[in-house]
Amino acid sequence: MTDVTNTPVQSADLMHRRVLQKSRYASESRFKFLGLGAIFVSLGFLFLLLTTVVGSGVPAFTYNYVKLPVDLTKVSPEAPQEGNYSKQVKAAIAEAMPYLSDRKGKRLARGLVSGGAAIDLRNEVIDNTDLAGQKSDIGVPVSDFADLYLKGLTAKSLLSSPEAGITVSGVEGIIDITLESNVFDGFLKRVKDNISSQASRLNTRMANLQLSLENQREIVAVSENPLAVESAKKFVEVLETQLAGFKSKYDTLIARRDNSASREMLDTSMPSLLLKTGGGVVKVIEVEGMSAKGEVIIPLLEKASVAGQWQMQEILEAEEDRKFSDKEVAVIDRLVEEGRIENRINTIFFTKGASREPELAGVWGAVVGSFFTMLITLGLSFPLGVAAAIYLEEFAPKNKLTSIIEVNINNLAAVPSIVFGLLGLAVFLNFFELPRSAPLVGGMVLALMTLPTIIIASRAALKAVPPSIREAALGVGASKIQAVFHHVLPLAMPGILTGTIIGMAQALGETAPLLMIGMVAFVVDIPAGILDPATVLPVQIYMWADFPEPGFQQKTAAAIMVLLGFLILMNAIAVLLRKRFERRW
Amino acid sequence: MNITKILSLVAGAALLTTTAIGSAHARDQIQIVGSSTVFPFSTSVAEQFGQKTSFKTPVVESTGSGGGMKLFCSGVGEGTPDITNASRRIKEKEFKLCADNGVTPVEVKIGFDGIVMANSKSGPELNITREQIFLALAKKIPDASGEMVANPNKTWADVDPSLPNIKIEVLGPPPTSGTRDAFAEIALEGGAKEVEVLAALRKEDKNAFKKIAHAIREDGAYIEAGENDNLIIQKLEANANAFGVFGFSFLDQNADKVKGAIVNGVAPEFENIAAGDYKISRSLFFYIKKEHVNVIPGIEEFVAEFTNEDTWGEDGYLADKGLIPLPDSDRESIAASAQAMVPMAF
Repeated sequence: MTDVTNTPVQSADLMHRRVLQKSRYASESRFKFLGLGAIFVSLGFLFLLLTTVVGSGVPAFTYNYVKLPVDLTKVSPEAPQEGNYSKQVKAAIAEAMPYLSDRKGKRLARGLVSGGAAIDLRNEVIDNTDLAGQKSDIGVPVSDFADLYLKGLTAKSLLSSPEAGITVSGVEGIIDITLESNVFDGFLKRVKDNISSQASRLNTRMANLQLSLENQREIVAVSENPLAVESAKKFVEVLETQLAGFKSKYDTLIARRDNSASREMLDTSMPSLLLKTGGGVVKVIEVEGMSAKGEVIIPLLEKASVAGQWQMQEILEAEEDRKFSDKEVAVIDRLVEEGRIENRINTIFFTKGASREPELAGVWGAVVGSFFTMLITLGLSFPLGVAAAIYLEEFAPKNKLTSIIEVNINNLAAVPSIVFGLLGLAVFLNFFELPRSAPLVGGMVLALMTLPTIIIASRAALKAVPPSIREAALGVGASKIQAVFHHVLPLAMPGILTGTIIGMAQALGETAPLLMIGMVAFVVDIPAGILDPATVLPVQIYMWADFPEPGFQQKTAAAIMVLLGFLILMNAIAVLLRKRFERRW
Repeated sequence: MNITKILSLVAGAALLTTTAIGSAHARDQIQIVGSSTVFPFSTSVAEQFGQKTSFKTPVVESTGSGGGMKLFCSGVGEGTPDITNASRRIKEKEFKLCADNGVTPVEVKIGFDGIVMANSKSGPELNITREQIFLALAKKIPDASGEMVANPNKTWADVDPSLPNIKIEVLGPPPTSGTRDAFAEIALEGGAKEVEVLAALRKEDKNAFKKIAHAIREDGAYIEAGENDNLIIQKLEANANAFGVFGFSFLDQNADKVKGAIVNGVAPEFENIAAGDYKISRSLFFYIKKEHVNVIPGIEEFVAEFTNEDTWGEDGYLADKGLIPLPDSDRESIAASAQAMVPMAF
């Protein structure tokens, strides 16, 4: 359809062709643009997914430890497993935080150190017996909330050094604070903002109540049912008192908001203000522009400090909305100043099994479980799948029976995975009486699930080998088997491996079929073989996502990263193998 | 290396794995199944047990109370679990199934759990009675003339004007969950008793009453949110008008995100549940298969660890996880009978 002719073309026809051409070009560029757009959108989503996972997972790769003066003089290096570690940890905590001496304070101090500190210490001393028989600073994990705070994930605070001197009336208990200038004004404004948002929330609730009240008044006025009128009257009364209560609370809040000179009481629903002065910490409970009243958390050494020698720490998140109190913030900050806090690589995460304490939970048990499961899956589905494909493609006669088999294999690939789990429960557990929760059974179930994928991919790969290869092999006198195994199969191998990888990747991420055979379980011990109870990576991720402790949210993201790493490693091996087999014809 | 070699190697590995089936060794690890409510407590004890003793750490699965009972009562032998957790007492039907399969359960009551109705901290406060819970969530309620009609209440204020004027939207566990059973039994049935018409019906026909009292509406006001309580919490955070139904331990752990509704004038707090003032609370149990004691190593020691004062006592580590301990005297007697493996009588 070229228009390179020498005959004069009528101008109308030419115009028409130009229009056509133009619209063709336009549609082509539109298509190109859409295609590019699609790629960019998917890249954007991939980027978003990876940044969220990596962003929330990376903090879990490190953990904060606190160095405590642990006295192990009574622990003998010969039998380190027999020491009373929890008692020594408690004593060391008391020694490291002497300012928390009352019962409540001691409890708070213990809460800052992981509940598994004694176990961790015991393991460390068993590994390194030099520590026994002496007193030394040994790092133990902090609690999960303390770790979140140290990583800046909870109770975010603003530190500032005001340009004014400070004087306090005492070093302990409730004290008065006086400043040289009104540096508390900024904080006071934030408190007022908080009050005003509290007031507006109350306002919405009052409006709702008002509506119900009007409804009830209407019932009283209109209804003919004496019973309904009676009960409505009663509710009108209830509502009126409730509304009056809200109204007066609202008025107080509004008055507090509008009165700029007033002194504000701080409660747990408001931002917190801590003052680090004279070697101690004060929590402010009443605030004004130039003065305040406060409660001492860590005793002060000096009553007055000049500008630049003291600090204001504002925490905007209200104390009741977080799980890390002002006192805990002050004590942990003190430990940081004393150089007791140390951020280490989280070896526990990479070497231990599951745990109910986020700081002691590791992913290694699940990695080993996934490895054994995948080994079984590969060992069963790959040879069986390839053999089935070779038979169906190269040897089987084309008749009704084989076409029925073919249709059914295609159908099997579309069966929901949970069905294979049920099959596994009925056949492997109930009939063959194999152990529950074992990677062997998990691998067998996943092999069933992966088989159709491998068979379909292998058949396609075998079909793609040019017939000339077979004919040439047969022509020089090879048997059918020789032709297939020596010539066709090697050429089909790259395609077969691609199919296998797709099937294995699917199996690696599967949890539903494992639910039925007991692999969705809490397993602490690292499995040593294919018959030991185990769980797999996606199950571990699912279970961590389900635990209430916030520390597990980071672990979840970190475990996803480990799962992706596992997947990339598996694919890399397959790509290497494929490269070896790749041949051109 | 050629293809045939690789193939035969892999095939050999496959054969090896299949022969491994024959040589399955005797189980030396306790297997625990059952309630998702008891799961956090059971796993904590399992972990401590594994660290303190030389036994292997028990494997704990969360299958729901009903699912756990089914597995537990299916028979005696290594293929069946040794212990099942339950957030309600074993049912007569299940006990019979156990007996038929030669299973003798030993019952251990471990503590209480409150069931709470909670919503986002930014949502409205709810001060509700059990009767109002029933009227809001039951499938059928009596109308003004005492006739049973499909629940017409759309908003909480329709139930009672003192309640907030927002759409009734409650996220709760599905029927397989023990929490749901207990919620229906304690909250809904308790509430139904306070409705006059139904109280009269209860005297006449107990079964008909139960049927009405336990039926939760299916028109979208009650949403089955699955067994994942964290998901419910996340949904509550996103939707300030929705309420969720779950165990007290989840409220306790997420006190920074959600708040519990006051029921019959009592707030869902540790002391109130322990004292029995908070009305929607239930007992938690686990059941031991007596036939497996001394066959699977460590069962007796596990029970001893669970019933230790440092574990389930007032200051024990389970209290930190949200379990509400039994009264002192009960703890002592239950621990004694559990450690002696006294079979339960129904």
